[in-house]
Amino acid sequence: MTSRYTGAEIVCKALINEGVDVVFGLPGGAILPLYGVLSKFEEIRHILVRHEQGAAHAADAFSRSTGKVGVAFATSGPGATNLITGLATAMMDSAPMIAITGQVGRSAIGTDAFQETDITGATLPVTKHNYLVMRASDLGETIHEAFFIAKTGRPGPVLIDIPKDVFTEKAEYIGKKTISIPGYNLLSNTTIESVDNAVELIEQSKKPAILAGHGVIISNAYSELKELSEKSQIPVVTTLLGISSFPENHVLSCGFPGMHGMAYSSLILDQSDLIIGIGTRFDDRIVGDPKRFAVKSKKIHIDIDASEIGKTVKIDVPIVGNIKDVLNQINPMISKNNRSKWLNQVLDLKSDHPSLEIPKSDHLLGQKVIKTLSDITNGDAIICSGVGQHQMWTAQHYRFINPNSWISSGGLGTMGYEVPSAIGAQVGNPGKLVWSICGDGGFQMTMMELATVKENNLPVKYAILNNNHLGMITQWQGLFYNEDYQAETYTGNPDFVKLAESYGIKGLRVNNQDNLVDVIKEANSHSGPVVVDFVIEKVDNVYPMIPAGQSVSELIEEQI
Amino acid sequence: MVNQEDISNHINQRTISSLVQDKPGVLSRIAGLFRRRGFNIVSLAVGSSEISGLSRMTFVVEGPGSALRTVADQLKKLIDVVEAKDITDKNIVWRELALIKVNSNKKNRSEILELAEIFRVNVIDIGVSNLTMEITGGKEKIDSLVELLRKFGLREVIRTGRVATLRGTLIEGKSDGEFQYQTKSGDDLSETFFESGSV
Repeated sequence: MTSRYTGAEIVCKALINEGVDVVFGLPGGAILPLYGVLSKFEEIRHILVRHEQGAAHAADAFSRSTGKVGVAFATSGPGATNLITGLATAMMDSAPMIAITGQVGRSAIGTDAFQETDITGATLPVTKHNYLVMRASDLGETIHEAFFIAKTGRPGPVLIDIPKDVFTEKAEYIGKKTISIPGYNLLSNTTIESVDNAVELIEQSKKPAILAGHGVIISNAYSELKELSEKSQIPVVTTLLGISSFPENHVLSCGFPGMHGMAYSSLILDQSDLIIGIGTRFDDRIVGDPKRFAVKSKKIHIDIDASEIGKTVKIDVPIVGNIKDVLNQINPMISKNNRSKWLNQVLDLKSDHPSLEIPKSDHLLGQKVIKTLSDITNGDAIICSGVGQHQMWTAQHYRFINPNSWISSGGLGTMGYEVPSAIGAQVGNPGKLVWSICGDGGFQMTMMELATVKENNLPVKYAILNNNHLGMITQWQGLFYNEDYQAETYTGNPDFVKLAESYGIKGLRVNNQDNLVDVIKEANSHSGPVVVDFVIEKVDNVYPMIPAGQSVSELIEEQI
Repeated sequence: MVNQEDISNHINQRTISSLVQDKPGVLSRIAGLFRRRGFNIVSLAVGSSEISGLSRMTFVVEGPGSALRTVADQLKKLIDVVEAKDITDKNIVWRELALIKVNSNKKNRSEILELAEIFRVNVIDIGVSNLTMEITGGKEKIDSLVELLRKFGLREVIRTGRVATLRGTLIEGKSDGEFQYQTKSGDDLSETFFESGSV
């Protein structure tokens, strides 16, 4: 005899059955019945955010940094629409997450009721799938199906919209059953022929390069990637989100390519005769002009999503499948190689195009901050970032050694991701050192979450690279818009130290290079949260740079 | 190995046959996907399929070059899409249906009926001043009848989207028991009927 529960109770029970022990959320009218039962379920820790966007980003970063599925709660209407940026961020970067939104009562749906939004309609393009659950009896199955969809295949966000009176309706809940979705088949699509073809190309290649993307991290294929690279002596270039899929202190590690990547990384791809794209979507920030991208090389593309194959660049050997499984098929078939000639050429490229030299300056430079932080932490920290110059400097100058230690909004490029994502990463990794590298622009988009940080005493260290500018905008207007600087200077920035202190958070400031090391060490040794205001040089461009839509031949290596 | 250049350079229309869950909102998910990927729906036919709970949708979509090649794979990513196949290059038989209401009077009626005869068209309604005929066939056949009837004065032309299916010319040969169809270019392409949805 199964028991009857309210819809809200079924939601909590199903979440617990999925192993959920923390949710990020903010209540409102339509979701109040769910909050009304939360106290009965002590297994679920609720972290109250200050804006629903923060809940979505925190859940997303929780997922990325733990491999579990993060959960966000929001109410109907504005609560739900505030999630959208977070859902789109997760969707673009294939991060699994579950968003549960309250909806107006069933009889009010479609009447333009107070706080009503068609959130399933609105989130169609930014979710992997979504549901409007009209019966409490469907809730359990829907939630389990949603988790299954979110975390399997190419992961992504799933939204479940639940009308207020479905939360209070009673129904049976029989627990988690086997999930079967017609057409959603996770059996391997990898063909033996494609693996054979790939192996043949790798064996024939004189100058192969691996382009490792986020898929390697999602698929947990670090050791498989390393095995392929070491066995066949193939240099590994990572994408921006592929950073931390391969240890950067490894001799075969060759940085990240593209718009603001290392010059040598782009040149290695350009000069190679074979690119093995693994879990990457050959994004426009890497490819630039598809007609001129790595024209001398053949391309193997391994990805779980068949629709990514051939989307931007022509692929010679497509392999559709889970990265880990595919590499496990390929690796035993590869023979050992030393490729000394090609690796010498790679070394020459690295020494001829150093790319990471920090310009001489009496002022504090963002690059210097990141380099120092990297040295002090020995690369042993989880690093979150927002979007812009600080993100590129972090990707360039922080030396990532641990798998999956880089959490950044790559695809959508969401400014403001830095503050709440660090919350999610810290909640998911309580013992770990989490540094969030922020721009002063992005920080102010989500800095209300400092209250969440304080309330939960999360020991996140926020580093604001503060130049009172939207630095990347300044850079682009300077380079491509005739130095017509518009709306890129922030003259109203708060005193970030006082701001932190007003939340009861330790605030520190670094004005010049003299106290840089000491302050970073002080922040590291503080047991609670810290905000460090790094007052950096006002105008300083990120180099190297390949302008949008261009190729490696337009590469600008340094300040002219 | 797929020769993508051959496909992307000369074809900008694809015919997709799909099986989808018969649920509210499915069409809007699919239409939204086409819209945001920059594809245009040239024709669309929806109806129940041979499997209960599933609808058959046949699309003709057009769009920019190589991206269009991924249409079926994009569709398969939608959870409610059970199966999607790009059958453009396969040996397919396809039909459209049209209802054509044309002005007619005593004088020209026999001429119109003669045309109907030639085109093997059913006349399904005759009024004092017009008649309606039903035609099935390929696009060109319907196009030419419409053109021929134009001089009498077309009152209404109602056309369905294209429906298509693979021809059943089974070729013996493969040991794995899969059905094989011969393409126009003569290549053998294996085709399992219920492909696993890739994700």
